Amino acid sequence: MASGGWCSRVDSRWLTAYGPLVRAQVRSQAQYRASFVIDVAGSVLFGVLDVVAVFVLFRVSKTLAGFTFADVFLMTALANCAFAIADLLVGNVERLRVYVRSGLLDAVLVRPLGVLTQLAVMDVAARRVGRVVVAVGVLIVAAVNAGLALTAARLVLLVVAPAAGAVIFSAVFVGTASVAFWWIESGELGNALTYGGHDFTAYPMPIYGTVFRRLLAYGLGFAFVAYYPALALLDRRDPLGAPAGLGYASPLVAALVAAAAGLCWRRGVRHYRSTGS
Amino acid sequence: MRYLVYAVAGFRRYATYRQATLAAVFTNCVFGFLRSALLLAVAGASAGAVAGYDEQQLATFVWVGQGLIGVVSLWSPPELADRIRSGDVVADLLRPIDLVWQLLAMDLGRATFALMTRLVGPIVVGALAFDLFAPRRFSTYPLFACSLLLATVICFGCRYLVNAAAYWLLDARGPQIAWTLCNGVLGGLYFPLWFLPSGAALLIVVATPFPSIIQLPLDILVERGSPEQQVVLLSVQAVWAIVMLAVCREVQRRGERRLVLQGG
Repeated sequence: MASGGWCSRVDSRWLTAYGPLVRAQVRSQAQYRASFVIDVAGSVLFGVLDVVAVFVLFRVSKTLAGFTFADVFLMTALANCAFAIADLLVGNVERLRVYVRSGLLDAVLVRPLGVLTQLAVMDVAARRVGRVVVAVGVLIVAAVNAGLALTAARLVLLVVAPAAGAVIFSAVFVGTASVAFWWIESGELGNALTYGGHDFTAYPMPIYGTVFRRLLAYGLGFAFVAYYPALALLDRRDPLGAPAGLGYASPLVAALVAAAAGLCWRRGVRHYRSTGS
Repeated sequence: MRYLVYAVAGFRRYATYRQATLAAVFTNCVFGFLRSALLLAVAGASAGAVAGYDEQQLATFVWVGQGLIGVVSLWSPPELADRIRSGDVVADLLRPIDLVWQLLAMDLGRATFALMTRLVGPIVVGALAFDLFAPRRFSTYPLFACSLLLATVICFGCRYLVNAAAYWLLDARGPQIAWTLCNGVLGGLYFPLWFLPSGAALLIVVATPFPSIIQLPLDILVERGSPEQQVVLLSVQAVWAIVMLAVCREVQRRGERRLVLQGG
């Protein structure tokens, strides 16, 4: 997980301390059975929606920046899978600004456990599991549909790419949430890069304007979530002129982005002053 | 005019959230860049025009659409539902004023503030970065103004109904999720509805209130179709606005009885 090393020591304490927290969360959510079922159904539908959008766009257009439906479908599936996993792991940190404002973060800070891990498990939305399951299923369908010539290396990449993408998205969740340490009223600012990042990565990079693309695709590493891995999987050349096989560098990029997010988070926690509420 | 007082209160309440407004405009603009790039790529692959929109019209559709999100307040938190669940709504009902009209007045005040900030922001940024479409016919401007007002009223009605479900369910999360799904897909936010087969698009436009919130105001603004078609779209919105308000009043009447039974 992104920047896990910064905030929690992974040892036997993990299970004894966090296990009950997670279990209590799942149990409490399952108590309201109707709400729980609706939540799961909703998260699954939101996941399916991205695929529907690709279908609709290709109904009116044969190609997108030179890519066919099968190519773009694979990119969307990779991005969707990465996002679903990140959302499940750390999606809850986007509520940090609420916790800072209400003072709940004080309670979190005095416990002898990792701050980030506690926030992540405070609302383990079991509903988000549904979205991950669907996303993995869609990815398999997209991979089959694209007729990939599967070598051993590509098979590994097909598994590693969503994981690396999940690390990148997790880092963006944590990094944008950290803003609340300095700017409590930041509102939906983080959504621009988390949910916006999800939309951004789902389509081929050449469709974006130069400045916008440089900022998000290379500045934040979003091109390595789905675009470059998909090119490597499809054995296609990058119209933007990047060397072949760049997709295999995704884990490296993910590590860099995660380290940057970890630094932001640590600085934020140190900077934190209770609002006193 | 006591309703005017509520409208002013709604305006002033949101005028105090300056930083949150700025953050929201920033987010709208990022999505503006995303969606316009995507739709222009689609248009580029089909010789510059798609589903009756040229490139300028598509860019305008996206950027003004991002501004509209704030004006109609598509994703506001379920305040009323929380008040119903906690019982605080009793304090609202004690006032000698109708709750639906009171909330609508406050919402129109909020929308007026959003018009000056949330709508203008993305349009300025969009106009700097893209070629936007300025309506050619003078009649489009008053039509669009009416369309904006109707869209705000319809969106208010939808949000009110979603919240009022809490009178019966207490937890309005299910309707809330359904509403978010519907207004995005069926509203025209993800893609213009006319990208769908025309029969399906027409059915959605007439049979559901969602396109009246985002899709129809934008179609009127970018002059997709003749002046007569603009008037027809506006009429569809007017019918939906009346239907929504009537349903809201009836639901509120029954909800109040329900609340009494529950004991607040």
